[in-house]
Amino acid sequence: MTNPFIPILVMAALALLMAIGGVAASAVIGPKRYNKVKVDAYECGIQPSPHAMGMGRFPIKYYLVAMTFIIFDIEVVFMYPWAVAFTELAMFGLIAMLGFLFLITVPFIYEWRRGGLDWD
Amino acid sequence: MFVAPHIEWAALSPVLILLGAAVIGVLVEAFVPRGSRRLVQVVVAALALGGALVAVTWRWTVVQQDGPSSLVAGALREDAPALLFQAILLILALLALLVIADRARGEDAFTPTASAIPGSEYEGQARRAGLAQTEVFPLTMFAVTGMLVFPAAADLLTMFIALEVLSLPLYLLAGMARRRRLVSQEASLKYFLLGAFSSAFFLMGLALLYGYAGSVHLADIATAVPLVSGMDGLLLAGSALVIIGLLFKVGAVPFHSWTPDVYQGAPTPITGFMAACTKVAAFAALLRFVYVVTPGLGWDLAPFLWIVAILTMVVGTVLAIVQTDMKRTLAYSSVAHAGFLLLGIIALDERGISGILVYLLAYGLATVGAFALVTLVRTKDAEGNLVGEAGHLSEWAGLGRRSPVLAVCFALFLLSFAGIPLTAGFTGKFAVFGAAVAGGDWPLVVIAVLASAAAAFFYVRIIVLMFFTEPATGEDGSATTVVRSEGLTAVAVVVCAVGTVLVGVVPTAVLAVAAQASKFLL
Repeated sequence: MTNPFIPILVMAALALLMAIGGVAASAVIGPKRYNKVKVDAYECGIQPSPHAMGMGRFPIKYYLVAMTFIIFDIEVVFMYPWAVAFTELAMFGLIAMLGFLFLITVPFIYEWRRGGLDWD
Repeated sequence: MFVAPHIEWAALSPVLILLGAAVIGVLVEAFVPRGSRRLVQVVVAALALGGALVAVTWRWTVVQQDGPSSLVAGALREDAPALLFQAILLILALLALLVIADRARGEDAFTPTASAIPGSEYEGQARRAGLAQTEVFPLTMFAVTGMLVFPAAADLLTMFIALEVLSLPLYLLAGMARRRRLVSQEASLKYFLLGAFSSAFFLMGLALLYGYAGSVHLADIATAVPLVSGMDGLLLAGSALVIIGLLFKVGAVPFHSWTPDVYQGAPTPITGFMAACTKVAAFAALLRFVYVVTPGLGWDLAPFLWIVAILTMVVGTVLAIVQTDMKRTLAYSSVAHAGFLLLGIIALDERGISGILVYLLAYGLATVGAFALVTLVRTKDAEGNLVGEAGHLSEWAGLGRRSPVLAVCFALFLLSFAGIPLTAGFTGKFAVFGAAVAGGDWPLVVIAVLASAAAAFFYVRIIVLMFFTEPATGEDGSATTVVRSEGLTAVAVVVCAVGTVLVGVVPTAVLAVAAQASKFLL
C-alpha cells in the first residue's frame, strides 16, 4: 500500500525542478545582451513611470491600476468556487455574492469619479 | 450538504447601520460636490452612530428578555457584555466624531493633500485652496464598524477580520495630520508595520488553536480543553500568540513601542479616537478570549499575564514621568492604564468584567476629552501666526490664568486618569482593583496602587504647571494661545467632563448596569 500523498510529493518535486531548472538553464545557456529597455522597471510593457528625483513628485497611475487589478483578480478568485457550487449554495450564495460585488463596486465608483483611472 | 446559515438581520442592525454609513460616505465622496461634502459626511456619520446606539439599546432590552444568542452560524455572540462594550464604543466614537469634525479657525486637523511631499509648494497650494480630505469620515465609520464586531466575535476568524477592519482605516488616519507631516507619516508607517506584525502573531495563534481543537469557534476550543490531551503545547502556544496579537492593539508592555510615536504623530482628534475606542474594542476581545477559552489553563497562562501586567504598569508610569511632550505623556499614561485594566482580565472573575466596563468608560471619556483640549492649545510665533499644537509641556505653563475653563476641564480629566475620588477614574480603578483582590491577585493590586500613586505625580505636575507657573514665552518670541473651537469640540469636552463627574459622584447606576453584564455565556 503506497502512501496516497506520494503523487503530491512528486508534483512538488517536479514544480521545484521546473522553477529552479528554468532559472538555472537560462543563466547557463541564455545570451546576455543588456540594453536600456531590459534594465528598466517592468510595467507590463508600457513606458515606465519616472522615479522621484530628490523631492520631486512621481506619477502613481501605474500602481493605481495595478492595485485595482488585484482587487478584481481576488474578486474572480471568489467567484470561481461560487460558480462551481452555484446550485448547492442557491439563494444564499447569490445574495452573499451580490453583497460582495456591491461592496467591491463602491470603491471602484469612488476611484473612477475621483479620476483614479484617468491616465493623462 | 450545504445548509444556508440563518442570518439574524435585526441583531446585526448596529453593525449594518455603521457599515451602510461608511459605504454611503464613500459614495458621497464620489458624487457630492466638494463644497457640501463635509456637512453631508458629518451628518451621515453622526446619524449612523446615533442610530447604532439606539439599535444597541434595543438589542439590550431583547437580550435582557430572551437571553444571549449566537448569530450567523456562531460567528457572533450577542450577549450583555458585548452590547455594553458596543454602547460604550458608540458613545465614545460619537464624542470623538465631534472633535474630528471641528474646524477651529476654519481648518480641521487633517492635511488637505496626504500625498503631497511635506513642505512642498503643491501642499501650500492645496492649503490655500481650502481643500479638505473628507474621506476621514467614512474611514472612521469603517473603523467603528470593525470595533463593533470585535467585542461580539465568537470565532477567531471573525475576530481577525474585525481586527483588520478596525486597524486598516486607523493606519491611514494616523498619517493625515495637517501639521508636522513627516512625524505623522512616520507614525502611519510604524503603526502599519507593527500592526501587520501583530496580525501575523494573531493568525499564527489562530492556526495553532485550529490545529488543536479542529475549530475556530471560541466555545468549541473551550470544550476541547479538558478533552484533548497530549497537545498542550499547541494550545498554550496558540493561546499565547492570540493574546499577544491582542496585547499589541491594547498597547501593553513589551508590545507598546508603537504607542507613543503613533499617538504623537497622528492627528490629535484621531489620537483621542483610537486611544479611547481601540482600547475598548481590544480589551473587549481580549476579555472574551481569556474568559471563554483559557479558564481551563489559568495556571499555565497566569505567569505570562502577570509579567505583562506588572511590566505595563511600571514601564508606562515611569516613562510617562520623564516625557516632555503632552501627547507622549498621555500615550504612556494610556499604556499604564492598559496595565491596570489587565488586572481585571487576570482576575477571571465576574466582577472583573463589570470592573473593566466601568474603567473603560471612565478612561475613554477622559481620553477623548483630554485630546480634544490638546487640539485647542496652539503655539503662535513672534508674528502671531499659529504654527501648530503646543506639544511641549512647558508651553502649557500658566494656562489656568488665561483659559481657566479649559484648564479646569483638563485638570478634571487628569484627576480622573489619576483615579482621584469623585471622578470616574476612581470608580473604575476601585471596581477593577476590587475584582483583582476578589480573584486573589493582591500582590498585583499592591503594585497597581503604587503605580497609581506614582502616576498621580505627573498628572498633578501638569496641573501645577497650568495653575501655579508663570506663562513662558519662547526665546524666538513664540507663545501659547488657545483657539476657539467651532463649538463641536466644546460640546464633546463638556459631555466628557459631565460624564466624568457623574460616574465619579453617583457610580451606583453605572456599576449596576455593568454588573448585569458580568457573565459570559458559552
